[in-house]
Amino acid sequence: MNPTRQRRLTIIIAVLAAVIIASALTVYALQQNMSYLFTPSQVQAGDATSYKTFRLGGMVKQGSIERSNDSLKVTFTVVDAAGAMPVEYTGILPDLFRENQSVIATGHMAGARFVATEVLAKHDETYMPKELKDAMAKAHAGKHIDESANQDKQQL
Amino acid sequence: MANWIPLWLHKLSSPPVFYRFAGTLRPWAIALALVLGIVAMYGGLVLAPPDYQQGNDYRIIFIHVPSAWMSLFIYAVMGIAAFIALVWRIKLAEVVAMASAPIGAAFTFITLVTGSLWGARMWGTWWTWDARLTSELVLLFLYLGVIALYHSFEDRRQGARTAGFLALIGVVNVPIVHFSVNWWNTLHQGSTIRLLGPSTIASSMLWPLLTMMAATKFYYFASLFGRVRADLLALESGKDWVRQIAENEVRR
Repeated sequence: MNPTRQRRLTIIIAVLAAVIIASALTVYALQQNMSYLFTPSQVQAGDATSYKTFRLGGMVKQGSIERSNDSLKVTFTVVDAAGAMPVEYTGILPDLFRENQSVIATGHMAGARFVATEVLAKHDETYMPKELKDAMAKAHAGKHIDESANQDKQQL
Repeated sequence: MANWIPLWLHKLSSPPVFYRFAGTLRPWAIALALVLGIVAMYGGLVLAPPDYQQGNDYRIIFIHVPSAWMSLFIYAVMGIAAFIALVWRIKLAEVVAMASAPIGAAFTFITLVTGSLWGARMWGTWWTWDARLTSELVLLFLYLGVIALYHSFEDRRQGARTAGFLALIGVVNVPIVHFSVNWWNTLHQGSTIRLLGPSTIASSMLWPLLTMMAATKFYYFASLFGRVRADLLALESGKDWVRQIAENEVRR
């Protein structure tokens, strides 16, 4: 390799190394304090106290959904592995919203209750036909739902 | 010159040789892209069963996921070509890098639009500033920046080298897009297809997805070869081999 190319190669590799180190440090720093969401146990541990509004993420607890008869108000409990948080929301919920579904709610705390202004359903990365799902549900008698619930918890 | 590079690869980097090489392969790439694309569309929209949660709405993944893969793949190709162009000043590498940018930008745009359409139905929102969506948007801006920088220079080669530098720096965003769903809590789900470990998708849905991935690859090569051929002719317009082609065209 001739000296000119050698020099260009050195400069470019040095610049690239600097950029990679800089962005690796940025990513590392953002991992510490860029939180898209907090889980109920994190909120109860006081991690979200510095935010007026924040996102709460977790699973909708089985049997906790209560709809109001005369308005769009709905209350449910969001749980993670160690905590639970009652949530209140008035509005239209996404199609995927139901029990044992991962949701992300944006809102603020009002006492011990979380008042949401927006509720999003987090979709998991599993795709399968309905027939297969039914067959699996029969074989495991509901075991699969627990498994996917655990997977979601690990992600959150 | 370093002797570990095979001679044929060396010859291929010469504009007239690559012009002929790309001209021969391009019809095949177009044909394969069309055939595989139609097969994948039929498999994805007709043969594949509805999803257990999303019903038919999930079928947008047959466009969204291959486009997202291509947006990263093309950026990687552009980055490598830009690196070769900057160090060795090979004309062909400059042309390949700059010809890749608009194709990659198009795939990134398709990824963002289809993802948004799907998100509106499934998540309940068109857009959210989570790490995956934001880094993919940054990728689009990088592509647009490379295109803009390239065209802001009077001298094509000068523009290609400057834009190539931006393309090279932007390569750090590629792993960030890919790993964003693992590094941060995001609304966007994790990877379904894993190279290591089992994929979480039924095989009746997987094969159209992989076929579409192959189709988009072939489309990229077809489009790239067409663009590179045109750019090489423009860049080498004074050279003998271009004059030869022009004379042959006139005679016909």
